[in-house]
Order: sequence, then structure tokens, then C-alpha cells
Amino acid sequence: MRQWIAFWNIILKDMRAYYLKPPNISWGLIFPVAWTGMFFIKSGSGKESIPSLLPGVIAISVLFGTTSMLAVTVTFEKKNRSFERLLLAPISLELLMLAKTSGAIFFGAANALVPVILAMFLADLSQVAWMTVLPAVFLIAVASTFLGLFIAVSVSEVFEAQTFSNFFRFPMIFLCGLFFPIDSLPIFLKPLSYLLPLTYGADILHGAVHGKNIMPLGLDFLLITGFCIALFCISLRNVNRKWIV
Amino acid sequence: METGKSDSEHFSIVEVAELSKKFDKMTAVDKICFNVRQGELFGFLGPNGAGKTTTINMLTGLARPDSGTIRIGGLDCTENPKKAQHLMGIVPDESNLYPELSGFDNLCFCAALYGMPKKERLVRAGELLETFGLKEAGNRKFGGYSKGMKRKLTIAAGIIHYPKILFLDEPTTGIDVASARQIRQLIADLHRDGTTIFLTTHYIEEAERLCGRIAFIVKGRIVQTETVANLLQPVQEKHIMLISFSASAKDIVKELASEFRDIQIYPVSAGQIRVESEKPVRAGALARFIEDQGAEVTEARKLNPSLEDIFVRITGIEVNAMKNEKEKKGGNS
Repeated sequence: MRQWIAFWNIILKDMRAYYLKPPNISWGLIFPVAWTGMFFIKSGSGKESIPSLLPGVIAISVLFGTTSMLAVTVTFEKKNRSFERLLLAPISLELLMLAKTSGAIFFGAANALVPVILAMFLADLSQVAWMTVLPAVFLIAVASTFLGLFIAVSVSEVFEAQTFSNFFRFPMIFLCGLFFPIDSLPIFLKPLSYLLPLTYGADILHGAVHGKNIMPLGLDFLLITGFCIALFCISLRNVNRKWIV
Repeated sequence: METGKSDSEHFSIVEVAELSKKFDKMTAVDKICFNVRQGELFGFLGPNGAGKTTTINMLTGLARPDSGTIRIGGLDCTENPKKAQHLMGIVPDESNLYPELSGFDNLCFCAALYGMPKKERLVRAGELLETFGLKEAGNRKFGGYSKGMKRKLTIAAGIIHYPKILFLDEPTTGIDVASARQIRQLIADLHRDGTTIFLTTHYIEEAERLCGRIAFIVKGRIVQTETVANLLQPVQEKHIMLISFSASAKDIVKELASEFRDIQIYPVSAGQIRVESEKPVRAGALARFIEDQGAEVTEARKLNPSLEDIFVRITGIEVNAMKNEKEKKGGNS
């Protein structure tokens, strides 16, 4: 019970201190809107292209929302030593890292709502399988957050967290089938696509929104869940190795 | 090691045996052994890089020992420090609360980390703000506090969950004199109220004033652990005098030593000597002798023996050199 009081209050503190700050809320709104507008204008094929663009915009909104926030906040707290306070609290490391990542997961999932709400006004989304979209968004948020955690544990400065995040994020835009089908990539890049968790999340969304997934959805769910677990375990091991010397 | 658990006065809340830690090839802590008894204020003194913070980090769970054992509150937490973290309050050498939260919210959050229910933590945070003289600043953001206020709130956060043992790492380093004095008073009050305190400091006079027992650590090794009273006893029986004059101390020391065989004479600086004797020092005779050598005596004053003398004798480290080194880092209390 005591550990859960700590768990819940870490989430609340992060929400208040970071995620619900006006600049982050406005960034969380503007960023997905900008992506939606950019790809909508670029496709030039009118409102009927929205369902095919929506999975990519959802995925990218979640990816950028989660990785930016978590990598920066954890690095910031590590830098000013307030993270030590959490490490010294009588709460297991696993629960502590889950608490630290939960805020980013909620923030990322909330980011996904922005393009969905916009698309609802512009296109017919009656054929979308929402019960598949919701867990997919959640898993993309979890995988992206744990990627952010992996980045945060690998760097020591806040600016390094930003640049190292981009090292992963920008290639993912092109390699994970968000807007460009993986089949159209050069053959030497294709294996790289399948090493990235977002590929499987985006494939689920493509299947759920306009029925154009390239792999069975069950396999997609299995693989992205596997990525989540692996990234979390690697990050935990790194925290144990690097921060508790 | 003392473990007389039947007598609560002598129950060791911290027991450390053969504790060692290396960073690459550098030995930071080398097979140290000590215990901290319930209710005592235990000082851990040493210069920069002696291994004080590494020891605290190992005791609290921020560093893993290479060998040795740690027991806190009777729990073996060498491998798993989480077992005993609910018993500890930790105040690091730099304030590490959340700059974007208010003082009150910081305290409430720290209480929540120890599982304190909401009602209880609201009351406790209010009480501590009052005790530490921060009630009016309670709703201000921690980031806007002065260094002294930050340190006070960090100590308040360290005791918010009524810990069995409070680790204070250099609590008065880097803050103004008035705040340092207030913090020393707060530490003394906490100790008087029954809190067991493990205090690291490089201010000898602070340790002398506050601590009951002291361990001296140098280059990762504990060179002596003793009560302040026992440490001071040999020097308190001595008579010490500082004499300043207008000549080179080196030239005069030899002459003085051959003339006054029952006293020990040490040059302190170019024109200053320190005289130690088992009997009262004959200041007049000394001054006359120095003046007969052609130097003018400008000052002769009796010194009260202090822990500083003991520290210098045991560790061979000049206290001023240690202070200067630390203050370059940012302290000036």
C-alpha cells in the first residue's frame, strides 16, 4: 500500500510539474496539428487521403510527445540530483521507473487524440476499428516512452537527450511505414524497419483505420509488446548499472 | 563491534564491518568498521576525497559496496538497501528538492514517497515548515529560495517520515554564517529530541560542538573512532600558548628548545610559535628570552585546546588547508 502511495504521487507530481504545464499542452496540440496539415497538403489528394494518413500522424504524435518529455525530464532530474531522492525512497526500482514513465505514456496517448479528433471533422471514420486503435496507441506510447527512458539513461545532459532522441526519431518517420510503405524502401533498409518497434504499432493502426496492414495484427501486438518489455528491462539494467554505482 | 541490543541506549542502529569500495583502481573506502548507537550524534570527519560521501552512498543505497557488511536497524542491507530505506532520512550535500514545486508541496511529495497518507502528510508538512521557520515561504517555489532556506527545507524533507537515522552530508557547507548557525541549532534540537544522526562535515568546530562520538576518515580508512570527551582529554590537560614576534621562528625555536627543555615548541608561521607544556607556561620568561635574541614579542596568548589539535595530530592534515580546499568548491560558513 505504501509503495502505491509513492507510485501514484510520483505520477501526480510529474503531471503537475511537467506534463500539464501550458507550454507542453500547447506543444502537444500544435505538434500533431502541424504534422496533420503538412502531410494532408503534401498528399494533395483531398479529404479522401485522411484515413491513409491518420495512422502515421497518430504514431508520430505519440512518438514525439513521449520521447521528448521523458528523456528531458528524467535527464533534468538526474542532473539536479532530485532523481536521487526517488532512488533513496523505499519503493522498488521497477515500480519507480513505471511511475516515472506513466505520466509520459498518458501524455503521449493524449497527443494521439488530437489528430483523431481533427480527422473526425474532416473524414468518415465509421469503418475504423477503435477497439484495435486504442490498445495500439497505448502500446506505441509505452514503447516510445521506454525508448525515451533508454535515451535518458544513456546520456547525462539535457541537450544530449534531445539530440540522441532525434537520432532515433527522425529515421523512424521514414523507416517505420508511417507515411511511406515499407515495401517501397530500398532493399537494404527493409531489415532496419523490422528492428524498430514503431513499425509494428503503425502496421496495427494501418490495419485498424483503413485495413492495409502488412502483417497479422496478432503478430504485430506480440512484437511491439516484446519491444516494450525488452526496452524496459534494458533501461532498468542500465539504471542499476549506471546510477547505482 | 558493539551490539548490546538488550540496552536500547547502546543498540547500534548502524553497523558497518570491513566495508570497501573501489572506483577503477582507486580505493575510495578501505575496510572501514564503525557503529552508530541509537540516539547518538555520530560525526564522520575527513578532508575532501577521504571517502565520506562514498560511505554515505553505500549506507543509503546509492552505491554498492565491493565487500563488507552493512546493517541498519538490525536489517542486513548489504545486498538490498531497499529493505532499510524506510528507516533512513537522507540530506545530501546539495539541496535536491524540486525547484518547480513550492516548499509545502515538496515536503508533501517527500512524505508520499515514504507512503504517508494524505491527511498525515499535510499536517506534518505544516508542522515542519513552522519548526524550520519557513512557514511564510511555504507557498513559494523552492527554486526561488535562498541557499540557507533550501538547506533547511532539505533537512525538513529528510525527517518528514520520522526516520530512525538521519544522514546529514555536509549540512552547513556553502551557506551564510547566520543560516549555518540556525542549522546547527536545528541539528542539536533534533538530536535532543531523540533522532539518531550521522553527520559528515569538514568543520572541526561544528563536529566538536554537536557530536558525541567521532570517526576520523583519511584516504578511505578510519584512523580513529572515539567520543569527543575522550579525544579532548589528553590535550585538555596541556597548557598551550601562541607567541608572535618580529623574527624568523626557525631561528628562535632551536634556541628556545635548548633553554626551555620542559616544553614542546612548534613553529606555526614565519613569526609565530606554538608552545605546549604539561605545566603552566612561563610566558614572561619566554618573552624575555625571545627579546634577548633581538626579536620584539608582539603577542602571547593562551589557547584552549580543541578537537582541531587532535585532528591535526591524528591525520597530519592542516585544518585550514582542508577548509580552503572545500570552500573553493563553494562553502563559506
